[in-house]
Amino acid sequence: MSKNNTVSGRKGREPITDTKLLLTITICVFFAMYVLAMLIWGGGFLKPQQFINLFNDNAYLIILSCGLTIVMISGGIDISVGGVTALVTMCCVVFLNSSGGSILGSLCIALGIGLAFGLVQGLLVAYLDVQPFIVTLAGMFFARGMTTIVNKVPATVTMEAFKALKDMRIEISWLGAQSKGGWIPARIELGAVIALVVVLAVFVILRWTRLGRNIYAVGGNNQSALMLGINVKRTKFYAHLFCGLLAGIAGYTFLLHIGAANPAGDANMAEMKAIASSIIGGTLLTGGVGNIIGTLFGTLTLETIRNIVVTSGLKEPWWQSITYGAMLCFFILLQSVVLARRGKGGLALPKWLNFGKKKSDDESAT
Amino acid sequence: MSKVKTVMQKNSQLIIPLIALLAIVLFNVIRCVVIGNFSFFEIRLTENTNILSGNVINILKDASELAILAMGMTLVTSASRGQDISVGASAAIAGSVFVKILLANPANWGVIIIAILASCVVAMICGAFNGILVSIFKIQPMIATLILYTVGRSIAYWINGGATPTIAKDHPVLYLGGFFPGNPIPTPIFIVIICAIIFVLVLKFTNLGLYTQAVGINEKAAHLNGINPIKMKLLTFIILGVCVALAGVIRVSRLALINHETILLGVEMDAILAVAIGGNSLGGGKFKLSGSIIGAYVIEALTNTLYAMKVASTDVKAYKAIVIILIVVMGSPVVKKHTSRLWSKLFKKKEIPATAGASSSKGGM
Repeated sequence: MSKNNTVSGRKGREPITDTKLLLTITICVFFAMYVLAMLIWGGGFLKPQQFINLFNDNAYLIILSCGLTIVMISGGIDISVGGVTALVTMCCVVFLNSSGGSILGSLCIALGIGLAFGLVQGLLVAYLDVQPFIVTLAGMFFARGMTTIVNKVPATVTMEAFKALKDMRIEISWLGAQSKGGWIPARIELGAVIALVVVLAVFVILRWTRLGRNIYAVGGNNQSALMLGINVKRTKFYAHLFCGLLAGIAGYTFLLHIGAANPAGDANMAEMKAIASSIIGGTLLTGGVGNIIGTLFGTLTLETIRNIVVTSGLKEPWWQSITYGAMLCFFILLQSVVLARRGKGGLALPKWLNFGKKKSDDESAT
Repeated sequence: MSKVKTVMQKNSQLIIPLIALLAIVLFNVIRCVVIGNFSFFEIRLTENTNILSGNVINILKDASELAILAMGMTLVTSASRGQDISVGASAAIAGSVFVKILLANPANWGVIIIAILASCVVAMICGAFNGILVSIFKIQPMIATLILYTVGRSIAYWINGGATPTIAKDHPVLYLGGFFPGNPIPTPIFIVIICAIIFVLVLKFTNLGLYTQAVGINEKAAHLNGINPIKMKLLTFIILGVCVALAGVIRVSRLALINHETILLGVEMDAILAVAIGGNSLGGGKFKLSGSIIGAYVIEALTNTLYAMKVASTDVKAYKAIVIILIVVMGSPVVKKHTSRLWSKLFKKKEIPATAGASSSKGGM
């Protein structure tokens, strides 16, 4: 019965790909959650500024997730990005506070560090065939160690020109909100703009350039990509190089938002957050499947969960990460079940949990 | 001569970790010669307390948790083609349960054994949770264990009530992390030896090793041959759970307190590293347990050497990373192929280089 339904359903319209299905789920869940938060808690969630703050506060995370998505689509992984972010912020702060510091120079340092990490890791992964997890793990160790070697204590930027850049806001007056002091326009930080530009650029690259298509092909199946004449090694190398560059940009964006660097700060846990964002956005670690828009919504979803937990009054620190983990669990299970229902993986549930679905599959198999 | 050759071929995986360990020892010898002070290799017997101390003993002692975790991690890597990154967080949970039971009851060996068993059960539940996600729901291990990685320390916080309970100085459980009275050798070393013996016996006399490798190499083929891949993956994760509990217990009884934030922080990365340095593929399949154990001692020897060189504990990571890259590059298939070709060119001129290259690439597969 159910088998007939699915067959007739598929004949009627174009079959939807896994990427699109996962993307749709993520976007739906994000908007459902946000609307629910608006209805239940109102207050801050009704203000447009709260929505914009999602971008303002997490610009660096969005950029990092974009880089990770590229690497994950190509079939690898990069866990050094959080460490690189921390290293970039620390180096930039030290440089800006030194006598010869300039904004252009700090930007060069940020991009240079990111590119250097991407270059070395890409070379090792692609051309020397070392496992990406271990290479980037070493990269993470190196970045974190270097951060404390550069400066052991938290530092704040004191340079005036950079402070002015950091406090620069784009104001949209019609999106503001009424408060005690009068009409406050909505404010967009520079970092948020950078993040959106990066998302757009990566979207274009993955969709419409040869490199982007090659990345999908290499991640989907190494061997057939090679037989199609794609330079597998170079594609992998570029994926890692790109991820490193984005990590450098993310570090600078983080500095633009915080204006300080801390060796034991937020940026250190960023890689796991970024991986989680990509996963929720529908990227598969096995490679070949993923979408940058999904990644963007994955980040937004995770941070909305955080906002909701904070607003709902669960102030104890353990609640935040427990809810975070529970939601992660929910999303991962949802994806697994959805993909299995489509006959991709085939869920190995015990017999009493198969609601008629598995039976028809078995019959068709025999 | 041919016997030596077959032994060499059988254990070719162990060459890289052994060379790494030897290189670290050699480096220390040179360093000691340069300084003119051989205190690094000294093993002292403290007179009034009658215990052994010295850097070598410290390395053997400090690597205990890592070695135990590396053994479990090897099995998980082999069967599930992925790694468990939640071991540190699970160890925090297991350690919290252990301390909670110890402090609520009088200090005697019965209570300690019950507490160890309880923490084992808790860690096995954590392992089973990961295992179910990986085997039944077919989620990649790293993602599945990411959940416990984020949540684990918060659960430990909740068990401890936010405090960091300490164990009294005269509690007998401290013998587990330190020394039994009258015995000069640290107890964790014995625990590792016992664990290794159990693992070796189990792998020798049961099909566990064969089945995990079969599942890791080709799940479908293993299934067609009558092996249940779901059961095997779940089993490896539960075995890792036991290892995690033991590691947590050793660390807690060594520090005499539990700090859920810092206990075994980042140990998951070191454990995975130990597996990789041991020459095992992180993509699953064939494994060599001895390689992972040697890998754990390589990492600890490296850390200890850096400490002895007066490198600050926060900076150690940067130097460690460089050595790791060197070791991994040495063991990479591309470099191996080139070195073996070079080797045969230099020393065995009669053999055709092409065949040497082909046989090495076969071994790599």
